[in-house]
Order: sequence, then C-alpha cells, then structure tokens
Amino acid sequence: MKTFIRPSVLIVIFVLCMLPFAFPNAYIVDVAIRICLAGIVAIGLNLLMGFAGQVSIGHAAFVALGAYASGVATIRYGWSPLFALAVGAVGVAVLAYLVAKPILRLRDHTLTMATLGLGIIVHMVLVNEVAWTGGPDGMAVGPMKIGDWVLKGEMSWYALVACLLVLAIVISLNLFSSPAGRALRALHGSEVAAAVMGVNVPSFKVRVFVLSAVFASIAGSLTAHYNSFITPSLAGFMPSVELATMVVVGGMASTFGVVLGACLVVGLPQVFGGFEGFEMVFFGLALMLTVIFMPKGIVPSFAQRFAKRKS
Amino acid sequence: MLDINNLSKSFGGVMAVDDVTFEVASGTIHSVIGPNGAGKTTLFNLITGVYTPTCGNVLFSGKDITGMRPDQLAGLGMSRTFQNLRVCMNMSACENVMLGAHLRLNHGILAGMANLPALARRDAECRDEAHGFMQFAGVGQYVDAHASQMPFGALKRLEIARALATKPTILLLDEPAAGLNHTETGEISELIKKIAGSGLTVVLVEHDMKMVMNISDFVTVLNYGTRLASGTVAEVRQNPEVISAYLGTSVQ
Repeated sequence: MKTFIRPSVLIVIFVLCMLPFAFPNAYIVDVAIRICLAGIVAIGLNLLMGFAGQVSIGHAAFVALGAYASGVATIRYGWSPLFALAVGAVGVAVLAYLVAKPILRLRDHTLTMATLGLGIIVHMVLVNEVAWTGGPDGMAVGPMKIGDWVLKGEMSWYALVACLLVLAIVISLNLFSSPAGRALRALHGSEVAAAVMGVNVPSFKVRVFVLSAVFASIAGSLTAHYNSFITPSLAGFMPSVELATMVVVGGMASTFGVVLGACLVVGLPQVFGGFEGFEMVFFGLALMLTVIFMPKGIVPSFAQRFAKRKS
Repeated sequence: MLDINNLSKSFGGVMAVDDVTFEVASGTIHSVIGPNGAGKTTLFNLITGVYTPTCGNVLFSGKDITGMRPDQLAGLGMSRTFQNLRVCMNMSACENVMLGAHLRLNHGILAGMANLPALARRDAECRDEAHGFMQFAGVGQYVDAHASQMPFGALKRLEIARALATKPTILLLDEPAAGLNHTETGEISELIKKIAGSGLTVVLVEHDMKMVMNISDFVTVLNYGTRLASGTVAEVRQNPEVISAYLGTSVQ
C-alpha cells in the first residue's frame, strides 16, 4: 500500500490525471490508451526479461491469446466480458505453465528462439482455426461490459487503463524489492549463485513466465474490447519485437524505464507519422542511438549519471 | 560432518574426480589442495550439487545428499563461494547478501507483489542482518554500494558474507585468496579463522600453500583426480608422494 505514495508513483499518477486536460483531443487520448495497454504488457514482460534475464521475443502470443479468449468467449458463447477476461487469463496461465517447463530449460539464444517459435505457432493456430477465430480476416468483438454497464467513450477507457497501469507499476515496484524479486534478479546475475543461496531456479523461472503471460493476457483481453476488432497479426513477430524493445530501450529491470519504453515505442511512430513511410527510419534510428549510447536503457543510465553528480 | 565416499565424475573419457574418499570433521578447517587440474573445483561442485557424481556418494551429517540440488543443500545448511566470482552484478552489495536469507523469508511471488506489512518488516530486519554479515566479512563500508562498483578483493569478501547469510553449518570456500596480494591473503586467513572460531566447519580449496599450512586442521591432497594423501598438516608435509607431486622426484 505504501508504494502508492512513493514520490515517483505520485508523479506518474499526476501526469496520468493531467494528460486529458492538457490534450483534450480524442486522438491523443487514443494514443495514451494504447501506451497504457502496452505499458501493462511491457511491465509483465520486464518481470521475465529485466528481472529474471530470460529473453522472450514471442510474448505477443500471450496478448493475442488473451484477446482471442475474450473475443471467442463473448461472441461465440455469450460469456460476460469480465468473466471471459478472467477465464482467459487462467487459461493462458495454464498454457504458459505447460510451455514453460521445457522452454525454460534452454538458455540464452536457444530460449529466445523457442519463444519466437511459440509466437509463430500461436499465429498459425489463430490464422487456421477459421471456425473460431475468423481466420486471417479476424473477428469483431463487443464492447467491455461490467454487469449491465457498458464501457464506452475514450475517457472511460482511459480512466480504466490508467488505473490498471498504476496498479501494474505498484505491483512491479513491490516485487522488485521483495525477497522473491531479489531471487528473480539473482537469476539474471548468476543462476548458480542463486541456487547456492537456496533459490529454486526452475520453479522461479516457470512462475515468472506464467506471471508475465497473465499480464499480457489481461492487457490482450482489454485490447480486444477496446479495438472492437482483432486479427491474428496481434501474435505477429513485430508486436513481440516491439514489446522486447520497450523493455530494452527503457531499461532492463527498471519499472519506470519500461513505461517510458512503452511511451517511446508506441508514441514515436505517431510523432514521426508526418514523414510518410520514413517514420520507421526515424524510429529505428532512435532505438539504435539509445542502445549504442545508453546500453543499460534510458532510465537506469540517467539515474546513474544523476547519482554520480550527487556524490 | 561430511563423508565423501568413492566419489567419481567423468567428463566424456576424462576422470576429473576418480574414487575420492575422505571425511571432514565437524568444527575443523579442512583444506583440499593439489596442482592445477587436480579436480579440486570439480570435487566442490560435486559436493554442493552443481554437478551430479558419476558414482559414489556424499553424506552430510549422516544424510545422503548425493544428487540433491544446490538450493536443497542450502536448506540443509551448506553454503559455498566460487573461484570465479559469482556476485550478482545487477544488484547492490547489500541485496547480494540479503539473497542469503532467501529461505528464511517469505519468498512467494504473490506475497512480494502485495508487499504486505509483515513481509516488509521482516525484510527490513534482514537488511540490518545483512549489514552485520558485511561488517563481519570486512566489507561494511560498501553497504550502500552497487556490486559493480566494488573492487575485486571486496567482492571476494562479499561472496563470503553472502554465504554466511544463509547461516550454514558448513562453508565451502573455493580459492578465497586467488588474485589477492600478500596483505589481503593474510586478512582473508584471519577471516577464515574467525569463521571457524564461530563454530562453522570450513572446507577450503586453495593454492596458497602458506595460507593452507597456517590455518588448516586437516589437508587432503588430490592429483589427477585421485586422492594422494589425507591427514593433518604435519602428516601431509612428510608424505613422499605429496612431495613428489609438488616438487618432482629426485634424480637418482
């Protein structure tokens, strides 16, 4: 609870509250909603990649599975959206658990390749199971409903995802400084040292994989209702790479860094949108420069520089 | 305390440790020495569960611990340091030591996410405890430092502090003096004596003969993976096989 009143969290809450007043136009709010949703997924992925050091480039698969779980359950079976979201998250957790056992025995590049494979498999299934998913054409999804109350309009969506983003930030900060968070970060530092200190390495890896998949699934379900239309491209290679980029550019293991990463990865293409086709060039350039000059990521690099000047 | 019986490990065709048997008595400093490639570190890795033995077994306080994982052994009271530093460079010095308290704290992921008051309180106590261990190991001045900012000698001590934080009954030190200068080696010797004095059993792999002869109660000598000799410092010194392994045989 105390984490909510940390200065850094209060600043984020303040910015999120002021944003709609500063930019009272629907386009900016739409971008902000997308940033919040991406931020939630990236915070989850950061637990796996930044904390525990297990690189995944297939994470969008879980976003897509969450989205399709909500889509299929609400449209084909008439479930209530909130129930579908919950069941989807549990289903994704079970799937992630089953997949994690064999996958996380691999290390470094081989693990990365396996997560890439996972993304491709999910994409193929979504494309081919036409009866359920609508195939490559995608499917329409109804609005988010809580009981009889229908969530509509940009501002209500913004309020919902902004609250969830703050919640995700607080959870991530709590975990970072807890015994479990130290154990996860120790896996990144040295697996064998962690084991000798009593950390059950395989179990922690599996659990953090499941946890990060659940974050993705929940955000995926919300994305489905917000977009009101989903296609298999949600599970594509690019979305996965974008998620990994958010974590790396913003700063591995840094919660605020990852949120900044989400702002950049989702926001920059909008800023450069006027260059018609060249926006990806600017985007790629920005990423390259960050990685070259701030290999630890933006937020940790600045934090370090600031700490040095202070001492 | 620790009974090593006919322990062997082969990597492909190479017998890195070949039928080694010896016993570590409780409350002693027991050194394992031998020329480079004698299998000392492999022996350590077998005892601490990093490798699984090809055959043989290890008894710890009478319990068969062969093939157990390192984290299970930590729960039984065994801890170790590493020849090549295994400090988590992505964490602060203090957090590294706090990691040693892992099994005594509530390390559930959900508990960590909620950060309940009881957990936060225990964690604060653990931080103070970690300061104590760092002070004991002589790295008290690095309490606020990040591990990546610490010099090599201090990192070696930090590893010892971290190992002590698990509150072990047996501590295995893999070349604690490697890469240290003469003064630092002397200081590490004092620290090891202090650790043994507090009632822990210490098993030591070391190249620095002066240090080994000064602080050990018992010595086991390995050569090409086999046990050459085992006994008190005086016994091992007189052993002709040990002398020939280290100094070569005389031309007759």
